[in-house]
Amino acid sequence: MRILRFAALIIAFALPAQAEIGIQTVTSPGGIKAWLVEDHNIPFTALEIRFRGGTSLDQPGKRGAVNLMAALIEEGTGDLDSQAFARARDSLAAEFRFSADEDQVSVSARFLTENRDQALDLLRRALVSPAFSDEAVERVRGQVLANIRSDAKDPGALAGRKLRAIAFGDHPYGSSGDGTLESVGALTRDDIVAAHQGAVARDRIYVAAAGDVTADELGKMLDALLGGLPATGAPMPDRAPLKLTGGITVTDFPGPQSTVIFAQPGIKQDDPDYFAATLLNEIMGGGQFSARLMTEVREKRGLTYGIGSYLVGYDLAELYMGQFSSANATVGQAIDVIRDEWRKMAETAVTEEELARAKTSMTGSYPLRFDGNGRIASILVGMQMIGLGPDYPKTRNDKVNAVTIEDVRRVAKRLYTPDALRFVVVGQPDGVIATD
Amino acid sequence: MFHRVLVAGLLLAGPSLADDVTTFRLENGMDVVVIEDHRAPAVTQMVWYRVGAADEPPGHSGIAHFLEHLMFKGTDDLAPGEFSATVEAQGGDDNAFTSWDYTAYFQRVAADRLDLMMKMEADRMRDLQLLEDDVVTERAVIIEERKQRTDSSPGALLNEQMRAAQFLNHPYGIPIIGWKHEMEMLDRTAALDYYRLYYAPNNAILVVAGDVTPDAVRKLAETHYGPLQPSAGIPPRLRPSEPPQLAERRLIYRDARVSEPYVQRTYLAPERDPGDQQKAAALTMLAALLGGSGQTSVLARALQFGPDPVAVYSSAYYDGTSVDDGTFGLVVVPMPGKTLDQAEAAMDKVLADFIATGPDQADFDRIKTQIRAEQIYARDNVGGLARSYGEALAVGLGIDDIKAWPSVLDAVTRDQVVEVAKEVLDRRRAVTGWLMPEEEGTQ
Repeated sequence: MRILRFAALIIAFALPAQAEIGIQTVTSPGGIKAWLVEDHNIPFTALEIRFRGGTSLDQPGKRGAVNLMAALIEEGTGDLDSQAFARARDSLAAEFRFSADEDQVSVSARFLTENRDQALDLLRRALVSPAFSDEAVERVRGQVLANIRSDAKDPGALAGRKLRAIAFGDHPYGSSGDGTLESVGALTRDDIVAAHQGAVARDRIYVAAAGDVTADELGKMLDALLGGLPATGAPMPDRAPLKLTGGITVTDFPGPQSTVIFAQPGIKQDDPDYFAATLLNEIMGGGQFSARLMTEVREKRGLTYGIGSYLVGYDLAELYMGQFSSANATVGQAIDVIRDEWRKMAETAVTEEELARAKTSMTGSYPLRFDGNGRIASILVGMQMIGLGPDYPKTRNDKVNAVTIEDVRRVAKRLYTPDALRFVVVGQPDGVIATD
Repeated sequence: MFHRVLVAGLLLAGPSLADDVTTFRLENGMDVVVIEDHRAPAVTQMVWYRVGAADEPPGHSGIAHFLEHLMFKGTDDLAPGEFSATVEAQGGDDNAFTSWDYTAYFQRVAADRLDLMMKMEADRMRDLQLLEDDVVTERAVIIEERKQRTDSSPGALLNEQMRAAQFLNHPYGIPIIGWKHEMEMLDRTAALDYYRLYYAPNNAILVVAGDVTPDAVRKLAETHYGPLQPSAGIPPRLRPSEPPQLAERRLIYRDARVSEPYVQRTYLAPERDPGDQQKAAALTMLAALLGGSGQTSVLARALQFGPDPVAVYSSAYYDGTSVDDGTFGLVVVPMPGKTLDQAEAAMDKVLADFIATGPDQADFDRIKTQIRAEQIYARDNVGGLARSYGEALAVGLGIDDIKAWPSVLDAVTRDQVVEVAKEVLDRRRAVTGWLMPEEEGTQ
C-alpha cells in the first residue's frame, strides 16, 4: 500500500457548520400548520403532505384497504373519470403522486406558478372527494394483485415479508400493507371509502412547501385545499412490540444467489444516544464505500456487490437492519463476517480517527441535502413527522460534533447485540443451517 | 461501483434554454461545461469518457465496466479505496456508471472542495495503478453484481437475450456487464490496455454544476487537468454496423421465477444525430403518445380500460441519446386469463389503428405542454442537468444540439409522428420476446 498522500488535505478544509436554510412556519387562517422555504428562482412550487397512520390503520380483515385507496385517489373525482382527470392534470403540467406506507399516506405535488390555482383545485377535488368508481376500483385492484403476485416471486420482497412477520407478528407492521390476494380480492367500495375517511383527515396532517410561493399565499392555498377534509380520522394503532429473536431463517428460492436481510432491535430517534448510534452506523455500514461492512464483505473478500446497514425508525417500533446478496456458495461466509463485525463493534473500541471521519462525513453531507425545492419540501415534512423543530437544521451538526469517543464506546456496547441478530436468507444457500 | 446498466425511461426533454451554461476547451482537448446554480453551497463534478461497452475488443465483454470499478483501486498518489474514502470524509458522495457509449465518474461535495475533487480525478485519468490481488477480488464483485442484477431477474435475462437478437452485427447486442464466461477471463492486462488507450483528456468531458463560476472552474481545470498529456492513438468510434434487417425475430424465455408473463417488443430505431434530431424527436413523441401514461396513452386506453380489458399494464419507451441506432420498445402485461397471444394481437391492432388514424390533437397538445413545463422542473435538479449535458456530449452531440432539443421536440407535427411510426414499427426489424413461467399453462 502506498502512502496516503492526500490524507493530510482532509483536515485543511473547514466544513460548513450548518445548513443555511430559512424555514418559515406558517399557520393558515383556518389553522393548518406548514413549513415553508420560499425561493422564487424557478416558477413552480413543490408541496408535500403527510397523513400519519398509513396502512397500519387497516381494519381487521381489510388488509390492503388504505394502500388501494391511496392508489385510487388519482383515478377520478366528480364528473371527471380516470382519463378525464389525468387529461386535466397533464394539461396543466402538474404532477401529483399518492402513496401509502406503514406510517403515512403521502401526497407529493409540483405545479407551475402560472396555473397554480387551477392545479390546486384539481388536487383538492381528488383528495377530498375521490370518485372510487367501480371501473377504477376493479382496474387498480388488478394492478395491486399483480404486484402481490410479483412480490411472491421476488427474493427481496420475500425476505422483507418474512422479517416483518418474525419481528412484529400480528401487529400491522407484521404484514405487508399491500394486503394478500384474498384480502384485497374481498375489498368493497365501502371499505375503500371507510379507509379514505379514516386515513385522510386533518387531525394527522403535516405540510411542507418549497419554491415560488409566499407565506400568505400558502396559508390561503392550504385552507382551500385541505379545509374540506374530515376533522378527525381513525384512532392510531398501538406501539408494535418487538418479537425479534436471534437466529437464521431460510426460505427456499431458485437462483444463483441468496438475498439476505438481517435485523436486531434499534434505537428511538429521541433517545439521547441516537446521534452516537447514527455515527456508529456510519462507521459500520451507513452507505459509504469506506464503511466496515463494505470493506470486509466486498472490498477484501469479493463476496457481494453491495452491503449496507441502517437504523430504521418507524412511528411505532425501531429496528437496526441491513441487507446484501451473495452467491449461494459464499453467503454463509458473509454471514460469519457480519457477525464478527457486530461482535468487534460491541467488544473493541472505535478509534478516534474513525469517529472523526464519521463526523466530518455526516456534518459535511448535511447541508448538501437541501439542494432543490422538491428535496427541501420532502425533508421538511419528514422533520415535522419525527417531532423536530424548524431550527433543527441550524443545530443538528453541533449535536453530531458534541458526541465524544466515550459516548460511542458506551453506546456500541448497548446497541450491538450479535446474539440478537436475525438473518433471513432467501435462496439455496450452501451450508447455512436454519435455527428454527 | 454501483452503475446504471440501462439508460431507460422516457427522455421527454433535455435541459432548458434558460440554463446558465458556459463551455470551453482546454489546450489538451478536454471539453468543459459549467452549469451555474447558486441555490445551495454544493457542486457536482462529472468526468465523462467517450468510451463504453460498445468499444470493447471482441471477447472482452464487460471490460469497460470492470475498469470503472478498478478506477477506485488507487494511483501513484492514492491507495486502493482512498478516493471514495476521501470524498466521504469530506461529506460528499461519489460513484460511477458505464453504458454502451460512455463511462462517467462523479462526486457531489461542498462547493469549496472542488479543488480536491479535480486533483484526484485528474490523478486517476493517467496514473492508475493496479495490484493483481485487487483485480482478482474486484472481478468476484462484478460477477456478484451480474448475479444480483441480471441472473436473479427473469426480466433482465429476457432483455439481454432480446438485445443479442436485435443487433445482428453492432456491439449494442453485448451486455454492458459482460457475458459471464468472458467476465471470468478479464484480467489486469486487459484492463490496463483498455485504460491506456482510451482514458485521456482529449477523450473526456468535464461537467461542473452547482455553486461555481466559470472563471473559477477554468482556473482549477487548467491547474489540474491542463498538464495531462493528450493521447494520440484514440481510435475513431467506428463500430461494426447493422446490415439490412430482413427477418422478424421471436423468442420465448421461460423461468420458474416469473409471476406475471408479458410480451415485449423492440424495433431498431434511429438516434439523435448532430444537426439532425427531427426523427428522434418524433420517436420521443411517439413513445409518449403510445405509452407515456397509465390513463391516457393510446395503449393504456385500448388495452387497460373497457368492459373486458386485455392488459394490466402497458408502456412504450425510447431514448435517442446514443452514438448509433438504438431501439424503440413496447411492453404489455396481460390480465390474468388473457394469453400472451391475445396481448400481442391487441398491441399490434393498436399500432395499426394509430398509423391509420394518427395522433389525437388534444393528446398531442397536452404532451407538448408537459415537455415545455419539464424545462422549468428540470432546473430544480442541477445534478440531472449535469447528467443530460454530459450524456449528450459523450455520444457526439454538440451544445447547439442540446439547446435545440426542446424546440425540435416542440416543432414535431402529427404527420411526422405517423411517418416515423410507419418507418420504424416494421416487424422485420423487430424482436418480440415472451416472458413465461416454466410450467406450461394456458398460454
